[in-house]
Amino acid sequence: MGTIVLKDVQKRFGDVTIIPNANLAIKNGEFVVFVGPSGCGKSTLLRLIAGLEDVSGGEIIIDGSDAAQLPPAKRGLSMVFQSYALYPHMSVRNNIAFGLKMAGMPKPEIEAKVAKAAQTLNLTDYLDRKPRQLSGGQRQRVAIGRAIVRQPKAFLFDEPLSNLDAALRVQMRLEIMQLHQTLGATMIYVTHDQVEAMTMADRIVVLNKGNVEQVGSPLELYNNPDSLFVAGFIGSPKMNFVSGEVAGQYQAQTIGVRPEHIALSSQSGAWEGTIALAEHLGADTFLHIDTKVGGRLTVRAAGEYDQGPGAKIWLTPEKNRIHRFDQNGRAIKNAA
Amino acid sequence: MARAVSLRRRTIATAAAWLIGFLIFFPILWTIITSFKTELEAFSTPPKFLFFEWTTENYGIVQERSNYLRFVSNSLILSIGSTLVALLFAIPAAWAMAFAPGKRTKDLLMWMLSTKMMPPVGALIPVYLIFRDMGLLDSRGGLIAVLFLLNLPIIVWMLYTYFKEIPPEILEAARMDGASLWKELVYVLAPMAVPGIASTLLLNIILAWNEAFWTLNLTTSAAAPLTAFIASYSSPEGLFWAKLSAASTMAIAPILVLGWFAQKQLVRGLTFGAVK
Repeated sequence: MGTIVLKDVQKRFGDVTIIPNANLAIKNGEFVVFVGPSGCGKSTLLRLIAGLEDVSGGEIIIDGSDAAQLPPAKRGLSMVFQSYALYPHMSVRNNIAFGLKMAGMPKPEIEAKVAKAAQTLNLTDYLDRKPRQLSGGQRQRVAIGRAIVRQPKAFLFDEPLSNLDAALRVQMRLEIMQLHQTLGATMIYVTHDQVEAMTMADRIVVLNKGNVEQVGSPLELYNNPDSLFVAGFIGSPKMNFVSGEVAGQYQAQTIGVRPEHIALSSQSGAWEGTIALAEHLGADTFLHIDTKVGGRLTVRAAGEYDQGPGAKIWLTPEKNRIHRFDQNGRAIKNAA
Repeated sequence: MARAVSLRRRTIATAAAWLIGFLIFFPILWTIITSFKTELEAFSTPPKFLFFEWTTENYGIVQERSNYLRFVSNSLILSIGSTLVALLFAIPAAWAMAFAPGKRTKDLLMWMLSTKMMPPVGALIPVYLIFRDMGLLDSRGGLIAVLFLLNLPIIVWMLYTYFKEIPPEILEAARMDGASLWKELVYVLAPMAVPGIASTLLLNIILAWNEAFWTLNLTTSAAAPLTAFIASYSSPEGLFWAKLSAASTMAIAPILVLGWFAQKQLVRGLTFGAVK
């Protein structure tokens, strides 16, 4: 079992408050992603759950009992670090076995568990190597092996893919998702990359300045962001924001429209503009269009778009895909 | 080499390096040469460099006059003992400063080092009186305590710089893996810090071995190390250059051999972890 509940968790370093007050309930087997810009407190929150930092207040309830005062070893969690944090003086085999040895497990049992973990992660041929003889992806696999072999209540990942190159990152992302399906264990995953958050998460926790901005499934956050911050953070390319007179027409301070929810026409539409830049991705074209109403807006056009920079163009946002925000940046919900 | 250096410049640089090296080594070389001269030749003018009657009689006389092995064993006990005691305190101290620093850790480190800037003679009289009253004069235990405290700041500093090079996440990973504080130190930190601990150990054995001020002032015979052995040849009856040189050669020989074998670690130690 691996349920984790945060109750009024606070963290201060001296006079600096990192986490003012965090509340969150994570279900057993859930894949939860903490996402936010750097400095938003997501790593701190993860380290509080791990026990690597002491809470300044509040409770961290793991499987029904408060673990906030327990040392990391007593919480039954595993962690995968961004820098892998492998033991450089130990072979891959001993790296994976270290936690089991610390637990005093008998040798044959350790051997069997290490062999099984190595097989799951395609590390069998590398068991006798030292970490420095492995590639980045293999090192990260060893770090994951070290985590799974202990059969923890939950896995904590602290930006595990940030040090890998783009191609490997996509591959490891899939491997971690596969692992989650196989093990069915609770996983908390910290990243600043909203693509990782969208693709991997059952639920995303968006953090901003130490506060939980919004919690929801990827599509909930995409379709119904609670605030300007979440709206701007989730989705790629970023949502367009327009303030002023146009927003006033919708009874809002600011309106937001995603690039994929704007129709283009060379004859007529709601907003007039001129194409400034075009990014051709093959399957899509991202057009950056200078408009009178809201400055430069981004529009996603399917396939290859035939108009280039300098062309006059008309934009029409999809009516029911317009997000409205008040002067505090909170979403104005449409009356259902 | 990042830059192309012309042959001429390289030749000059090499020659200069050899010259400086020779200048530094010359006093030791001269001591060794002098130890093979007779007393008369030892202070002849002009000095004789190689062409004199080589003799080993000084070594024989020095052996007869004083018990070399007793001084050596004292030197060994004092230098190794004080270094081991210091490590016992310095490893946990450096661990705490490197991995759980507080607001004042940097100040504390500077303060510790600043104690090395005070001339030791300033503390001689109080220390001497304490030693006299506690019956520690001419005792190995007392000297180990002095040498250990004397070198502790440097040992803590060296270990601190080595520990700083170890990524803290590795220790955190060990904590997540269920290692207790003790196991974290023994199975993770210590093995990774072995080169650093070894060079600290070596450098401080040499520092303690060569320490003359306290060893001369606080010992007479029973606990006297090799520094006192050398000093005994500068006596009221006059200076015996050749015998003094023989004694000095015998005193530095063990540490020279140790230094030769541990060159690599020592260079690392002397650069305080700046060179990886």
